[in-house]
Amino acid sequence: MTADEPLVLGIETSCDETGVGIVRGHTLLADAVASSVEEHARFGGVVPEVASRAHLEAMVPTIQRACDTAGIQLRDVDAIAVTHGPGLAGALLVGVASAKALALGLGKPIYGVNHLAAHVAVDQLEHGPLPEPCLALLVSGGHSSLLRVTDITGHEGGIDPLGATIDDAAGEAFDKVARLLGLPFPGGPHIDRVAREGDQVAIDFPRGLTGRRDLERHRFDFSFSGLKTAVARWVEARERSGEPVPVADVAASFQEAVCDVLVRKALDAASAEGIEDLMIGGGVAANSRLRAMAEERAGKLGIRVRVPRPGLCTDNGAMVAALGATMVARGRQPSSLDLPADSSLPVTDVLAG
Amino acid sequence: MLLAFDTASPTVTVAVHDGTDVVAAATAAIGMRHGEQLAPLIEQVLTEAGITPAGVTAIAVGVGPGPFTGLRVGLVTARTLAHVLEVPVHGVCSLDALAVGAVASGVVDGDFLVATDARRKEVYLASYDAQGRRRSEPVVERPAVVASTLPVIGEGAALYPDSFPDGRAPLRPDAAWLARAVIGERVEILAPEPLYLRRPDAEIPRAAKAVLPDAAPTP
Ligand SMILES: [Zn+2]
Repeated sequence: MTADEPLVLGIETSCDETGVGIVRGHTLLADAVASSVEEHARFGGVVPEVASRAHLEAMVPTIQRACDTAGIQLRDVDAIAVTHGPGLAGALLVGVASAKALALGLGKPIYGVNHLAAHVAVDQLEHGPLPEPCLALLVSGGHSSLLRVTDITGHEGGIDPLGATIDDAAGEAFDKVARLLGLPFPGGPHIDRVAREGDQVAIDFPRGLTGRRDLERHRFDFSFSGLKTAVARWVEARERSGEPVPVADVAASFQEAVCDVLVRKALDAASAEGIEDLMIGGGVAANSRLRAMAEERAGKLGIRVRVPRPGLCTDNGAMVAALGATMVARGRQPSSLDLPADSSLPVTDVLAG
Repeated sequence: MLLAFDTASPTVTVAVHDGTDVVAAATAAIGMRHGEQLAPLIEQVLTEAGITPAGVTAIAVGVGPGPFTGLRVGLVTARTLAHVLEVPVHGVCSLDALAVGAVASGVVDGDFLVATDARRKEVYLASYDAQGRRRSEPVVERPAVVASTLPVIGEGAALYPDSFPDGRAPLRPDAAWLARAVIGERVEILAPEPLYLRRPDAEIPRAAKAVLPDAAPTP
């Protein structure tokens, strides 16, 4: 770490985590997160208004906690970065407004950045500068995409989406199947845990969009809706016949089906594009089976895999700060103070004007 | 130098008060878009007042009641700015600021109400005495339930004239009056907490929903 690298504070409020991260260049100094997940658990999903209210209450304390952890004063910060989309509109607005107040009060530039690109940029905090080009597999409760990244700041078409889910996001499928199996929300970590006791080849669940005809039109796209229905049918058939549901086997077989499709398509895309580095990010990247399978299969193809540690895969402010620091380092133009929150921001729009 | 703003109505309004009077004020030309408009408007008003953010010694913010999304933009801006600048932040019920403005400008001379648009065919409402002191906690209610022949300040009367026949201006909060109300100690100072008055819309799901149409009901 050198003092001439930019000190950037990043704010993330696109869903239910109030995240404030502080980085200097590629060095993580603080990653403060306040989560309202427990307030949503009884609703079985994130309630936007509940999340927005929690963001307002958590915002300033989380900024303070990040500064204390990093051992810096706010006035030391060189730039502010904030997720301005995509995400829940009302939730995004709390973070965007707070970031503007910081920028205004400190007289420092603000960078409104794309949440998805930030999920990729965060890996720099763990593994150093991102190889460009690299192939990014982004999987979370809100998104499942394959991206060809030639410039993480999005400069001159630096992020090119090769494929995305055509129905449910991967993380959504985890949540729904968890609920079906009577496991708590959010489903990902619970399925991962329960699956360790199960047999991943016990049930042959379908792999969406992997048939020959689907591959012609949707080679790099995903579909998890059919898988979710298949799991539901299987479980209900069991229940109706009065037999116990082997929760661990169902969880393991479902998880295997999701990971198989994700890894298969990501490696196919990397090979097709001649890219030797695969980056996996987003909340589902915390899944232990996905990591293990990706490393095992990529190794055989000579493709290197980079996955940030689980704490950096879920939504946080450090990922936003990491992308902001890259913006500063590459001399990108800061955003204007009237930058909006954009709930449906396309992945190709990395930096707000 | 008091920086005052309110985002509890569709209008974003900002003012700076130097202790003697309002020295700069501005209201967004178009309604809504609080998140986009507030920060640039604050920057503009501070420049007009001839000060930098560091020159601000206190902040006043309307805490509603008002539509939640816009309201939160004002509150998180006030809290964050106050934190950065290390100055106090004074919360003021947005209806009170309207009441002070109405009394001071002679629009009312006896008991009156303030009613603003709460959407969903409801109003935010509070009652005031001739001096503009609030008599009760603000409520959110259907106009017919709180119908009155008293003078009514705020957009509520313009929207529901059948329930509030004596509607009068001003219709929306104005940061200039918010600033004067705080400096003149004519309003109760509150914590910068939003007056939501409504719970979040959220339903607790019943048991896991069956995916198949012919599925047996789950217990
Ligand atoms: Zn995310």
